[in-house]
Amino acid sequence: MIAGRSKSGNAFVHLAVLLLVIVWTAPTAGLLISSLRAKDLLSVSGWWTALTATQQSQVGRAAGPEAQVEENGRYFIRGNVFEGAAAGTVNAFGVKIGDPRAFKAGETADLPSGGTIKVNADGSYEIASDKKFEGTRGQRIFYVAALPPKFTFANYVEVLSTAGIGQSFVNSLTVTIPATIIPVLIAAYAAYALAWMKFPGRALILSLVVGLLVVPLQMSLIPLLRMYNNVGLFFGVPAKTYLGIWLAHTGFGLPLAIYLLRNYMAGLPREVMESARVDGATDFDIFLKIVLPLSLPALASFAIFQFLWVWNDLLVALVFLGAQNDQLVLTGRLVNLLGSRGGNWEILTASAFVTIVVPLIVFLSLQRFLVRGLLAGSVKG
Amino acid sequence: MERVASALITVIIGVGGAILYFYLSNLLLDTIFSARGKGPEAARNQKIAATIRPWLFLGPALIALCLYLVYPLVDSIRLSLFNRTGETFVGLQNYAWAVNDTQFRESVFNNILWLLVVPATATFLGLVIAFLTDRIWWGNIAKTLIFMPMAISFVGASVIWKFIYDYRSEGSTQIGLLNAMVQGFGIAPQAWITVPFWNNFFLMVILIWIQTGFAMVILSAALRGIPDETIEAAVIDGANGWQLFFFIMIPQIWGTIAVVWTTITILVLKVFDIVLTMTNGQWQTQVLANLMFDWMFRGGGDFGRGAAIAVCIMLAVIPIMIWNIRRANAEMKGR
Repeated sequence: MIAGRSKSGNAFVHLAVLLLVIVWTAPTAGLLISSLRAKDLLSVSGWWTALTATQQSQVGRAAGPEAQVEENGRYFIRGNVFEGAAAGTVNAFGVKIGDPRAFKAGETADLPSGGTIKVNADGSYEIASDKKFEGTRGQRIFYVAALPPKFTFANYVEVLSTAGIGQSFVNSLTVTIPATIIPVLIAAYAAYALAWMKFPGRALILSLVVGLLVVPLQMSLIPLLRMYNNVGLFFGVPAKTYLGIWLAHTGFGLPLAIYLLRNYMAGLPREVMESARVDGATDFDIFLKIVLPLSLPALASFAIFQFLWVWNDLLVALVFLGAQNDQLVLTGRLVNLLGSRGGNWEILTASAFVTIVVPLIVFLSLQRFLVRGLLAGSVKG
Repeated sequence: MERVASALITVIIGVGGAILYFYLSNLLLDTIFSARGKGPEAARNQKIAATIRPWLFLGPALIALCLYLVYPLVDSIRLSLFNRTGETFVGLQNYAWAVNDTQFRESVFNNILWLLVVPATATFLGLVIAFLTDRIWWGNIAKTLIFMPMAISFVGASVIWKFIYDYRSEGSTQIGLLNAMVQGFGIAPQAWITVPFWNNFFLMVILIWIQTGFAMVILSAALRGIPDETIEAAVIDGANGWQLFFFIMIPQIWGTIAVVWTTITILVLKVFDIVLTMTNGQWQTQVLANLMFDWMFRGGGDFGRGAAIAVCIMLAVIPIMIWNIRRANAEMKGR
């Protein structure tokens, strides 16, 4: 161990990295915590206060005059402000809208319409008067309550059942799995040919693949959209199908797949292949029985890339797949929800977490392969 | 469930079909040009088979590449010279329109802003984090956590950050982290993504958040690839941590920094999801990719203008493309 590379950085290094880690993880943590909080808490306090009681100004309405009881010549209306709402502790209350903190819990206040009101910390109230209460509506009570922390899966139940996220989850899987496997298979054969077979034009094709690596997707959209529409018209089939998007993702993923796999395969030991050839193995045998098993790490790297890319894709899905309920993928659904339920953070946070949970699991469990693929794709070149 | 089953069946058919194609086509080739037996016939057959076989292996990939990337590339350029339906030739009219269109100009300006800020910031942060995490024992955990946003979709990330930028009117409890902090310092909260010009930077933060992990992973590997002797020599000569970083390590990994930089640059040129999700180009945040998408579908779609915008994005990519091809060719010769 040499000084320049020791693992015993000073306090400043520890602190700096800790700060960076917090900055990088807080956004996701906020999303996860928020999605688990009760709806009425999420909308009134920040997620970083999730573990403490939330102070909230609320309005309640006491029971109407029909609930009054007469005791010793006085009239009383009794009840609890938390009826139907989340239970908590009342800190203060008031009888005017602008001043919900006028009286402490347990104090007695005069009502503008005559009589008195008392609200206790547990939310129970008592309105008293010498006269009989008239009218039809109950007295409004303004109060400040401390709501205890509350965590729930209700948001998830709601988005999976009613917001259409469950359906879209299945759609995303339907798009992603074939769109991951097909390009791996096709690219593996092509990469073998480019790495170990001799034929005219090989260098040209390789240059083509490298060039196509960086071609923006945007260049393909309009011509392909026209082509799909024409094919649909010609054969009388819908233009936006799962088959269409699988093939589109295959085409877009191929340059990287061929490039990564060729680089990996070209690095395999020549002797193995030559001895197999001497034993009479054909290219097909060599590919299936030697090269493919040896290339598994590279295949896994690309498959993870492609999986993440397809699962997270929005643009290709918007263009080549319909927006109907049975075809909308998770990313598309999330964009729609942002439009229609823009302020409902309990829906948005839970939906967003459902859309990112699969890639996160894939990422955390297969990070090794992903890193290897990244390095093969850009450092070795 | 039914849909999952049908998807599974399609996967099996697709994969099985591909395997069958490769197997049968090779079998066919071997039967027609049998290499069995002796004499000039067999030798000739073997030669013919060896000429054809690479193309059997390459066939499906080449067809897909041509159909989905090469043909559209050419066709986009052609369509950019045609009218909205792609039927009438209009020359350079679409480009003339673009140059004079305020939205297009705004997009170009914003794209340049993104290009200046995002690759530089993400690469720099990635480099610093790679350097710092290599010096502490829990560096790998830190790296995983910073790398994690890479797995999150742009749309998901946008929701995450939209929540951070959430705005409530002054005086009420802020549930957005940024406004809560700002209000904590006694400054008035803002609806951040609606403030022209500066809102671009709030959108860029999202991409930087995602891409820093990528830069970090690659640069970390490059830093570790620097020979021990180099570092040792510098330490013996009395270089401290920062000198080591700026004068010894960075010059050694310029090549990798360039690769990371260009990779993020290309990503920035294509940025679409973030803008669509956060603002859809409102409040002067439009970028080329989103503008192109807009024109593709606006009022039934204007393919001419859409294609012209796509060609503009392509033009910006071409220098990087040429550099990549040269680099790859040089490396191939080295093998």
